[in-house]
Amino acid sequence: MPELGEKVLDVRDLRVWFPVRRGLIETITGKARLYVRAVDGVSFDIRRRETFCFVGESGCGKTTTGKALLRLVPITGGSALFRPSKEVAEELEKRGVTLGEDGMVDIFKLNEKQFHPVRRDIQMVYQDPFGSLNPRFRVRDILEEPLIVHKIGETKSERLEMVSRALEMVKLTPVSEFIDRYPHQLSGGQRQRVAIARAIIMNPVLVVADEPVSMLDVSIRAEILEVFNLLKERLGLSFIYITHDLSTARYVCDRIAVMYLGKIVEIGEADDVIQEPLHPYTEALVAAIPEPDPRNRLKFRDIKIKGEVPSPVNIPPGCRFHPRCILYEEALKRGEEWAKLCTQAEPPLVEIKKGHYAACFRHEAVRAAVTAKAAGES
Amino acid sequence: MPLLEVTDLRTYYYTLRGVVRAVDGVSFTLDRGETLGIAGESGCGKSTLAWSILRLVPPPGRIVGGSIKIDGMDITKMSEAELRRKVRWRKVSMIFQGAMNAFNPVLKVGDQVIEPLLLHTDMSKEEAWAKAEEMVQHVGLPPEILERYPHELSGGQKQRLVIAMAILLEPDIVIADEPTTALDVVIQAQILNLMKRLYREKKMSIILITHDLSVIAELAEKTAIMYAGKIVEYGPSDAVFENPLHPYTQALLRAVPRLRGPKERLIYIPGSPPDLRNPPRGCRFYPRCEKRFEPCDREEPPMVEAEKGHFVACWLYARR
Repeated sequence: MPELGEKVLDVRDLRVWFPVRRGLIETITGKARLYVRAVDGVSFDIRRRETFCFVGESGCGKTTTGKALLRLVPITGGSALFRPSKEVAEELEKRGVTLGEDGMVDIFKLNEKQFHPVRRDIQMVYQDPFGSLNPRFRVRDILEEPLIVHKIGETKSERLEMVSRALEMVKLTPVSEFIDRYPHQLSGGQRQRVAIARAIIMNPVLVVADEPVSMLDVSIRAEILEVFNLLKERLGLSFIYITHDLSTARYVCDRIAVMYLGKIVEIGEADDVIQEPLHPYTEALVAAIPEPDPRNRLKFRDIKIKGEVPSPVNIPPGCRFHPRCILYEEALKRGEEWAKLCTQAEPPLVEIKKGHYAACFRHEAVRAAVTAKAAGES
Repeated sequence: MPLLEVTDLRTYYYTLRGVVRAVDGVSFTLDRGETLGIAGESGCGKSTLAWSILRLVPPPGRIVGGSIKIDGMDITKMSEAELRRKVRWRKVSMIFQGAMNAFNPVLKVGDQVIEPLLLHTDMSKEEAWAKAEEMVQHVGLPPEILERYPHELSGGQKQRLVIAMAILLEPDIVIADEPTTALDVVIQAQILNLMKRLYREKKMSIILITHDLSVIAELAEKTAIMYAGKIVEYGPSDAVFENPLHPYTQALLRAVPRLRGPKERLIYIPGSPPDLRNPPRGCRFYPRCEKRFEPCDREEPPMVEAEKGHFVACWLYARR
């Protein structure tokens, strides 16, 4: 693993709740407003040159977390300290924002005008390279657009120079062959490279990549994953890689956070999480992934999970995973004392092994943390 | 006699911009109780092949050559009416890609599930409903689910219903086109478990079409690898996965990210598949092939049996 640098992002207790619309009668009778708790208290930090991965099933809040960092969704609560680049820091100061002593700024506290320059530093790559590129723009226009918006580059030729450099960086070479093409003249892999080039042309600090390879064929997935690894080394970028697929995460990520129903249930080094998962949900995710090995043919996969993801409007009390948890069920049957906690308290994320955190009461340390907290309150 | 025998099948799309040779000379056989996995990248013609077997190729596509024999009957020569009466849903059924999103939102799912029974048998609605209740339990759902509307069901439940529909008339062959692609990993594993169980219980033949080699390895006894409208390698799954012969199969297997075992560097296949309106002369894979040599760009390689039951179309193995 490459040497990781200083912290570039420190998110604490991020919450994104979407209100559910009430009908007229419900409003008049004063029925309590319900919320879809898409992200419900998520904390993590990212260092320079790190690829941090969010894994989970659809609806677990991984995409919303990524969008929240670009303030593309309304933030309900929490803080996000971010270390802007030098140019952006200067721009922020002009707009009356003072950075903290450590050079970080809470991007959730900025107003829209102040946040605008920060968008240069945090870029996004979307899942669908067919939908995220304007079909009427040539590659050069697609890449020039963000430069114009952020007023970077004095002249057209200067901007063209930057466009060419970005294309070289993602290995769309010879540049002259690609620069005047329209998206429909490119293959899926090439399109995704253009989307990546558009993200890195701003020389960002952090790139949020939301399922960047799930729409691509297997034969070219590896190609895009390699581009990410290369950029990380060459530009010193940090990545947030959002995916449902643990097996691609393994090839690009330094650390993995597993999300379930709006919360992180496990964080750790990628290999630790995959090889020795500490949370039963991670165990189930790992067990569910098929392998290109015909020796598994017709073997039933024992996936220790039951039912389906509940609605994020009615999050189960206690540990939000307990209604689906077979481990809990078995412990309860055996009459183990700790299983009672699962319905009573929300398990906090506690360090179990070095750098490997889990939120599950099967671990003594997590139980201790809850009892200590309860004792402190009473 | 094999249950299904496809010989030199050609299905072309006659578009305004030219003829797209989506399936271009495909031959294979399927025995009773056998599972065949067909793998390939998007645009290799695997879905067109599936539609051809039910003669459901959407226009401007047409089967232009070859034969498809089911139980000895050549379905390319049948009339539409005969085909509907004898073959579709009774002999061959299909789990279409994304079928779970094709339920009519204003009808109860039960009314939609029993449709094949009403159309293809003389059952009354009550009998059909009873039969559907039985099948729904086979796929691990409660019978009451038939009374619900599609929006009340989860993706996994809808996919189970689609599978229940496919086995409703107990056909000899079920074609599953990307049956798990849009599903979450946990649901995917559950659906694969279900298909494994149904296969063991019912001993029907399955043709599994997917881009995901891992899914094929979970289920299929035999594997065919398709590239640009042709089958390039075909054999027992063990042989194809453990000892891939075609350079394309070898490259594809090296490109699959694996969760377990040592983390080897992923190798990708440079370039992209050819335009099927104008495929390259000779072997269709040669522009992307790292092992290409002198005959590849001139002559099309024949399918040869390199090992027992393991066929490959590559000049490395063919004698000229």
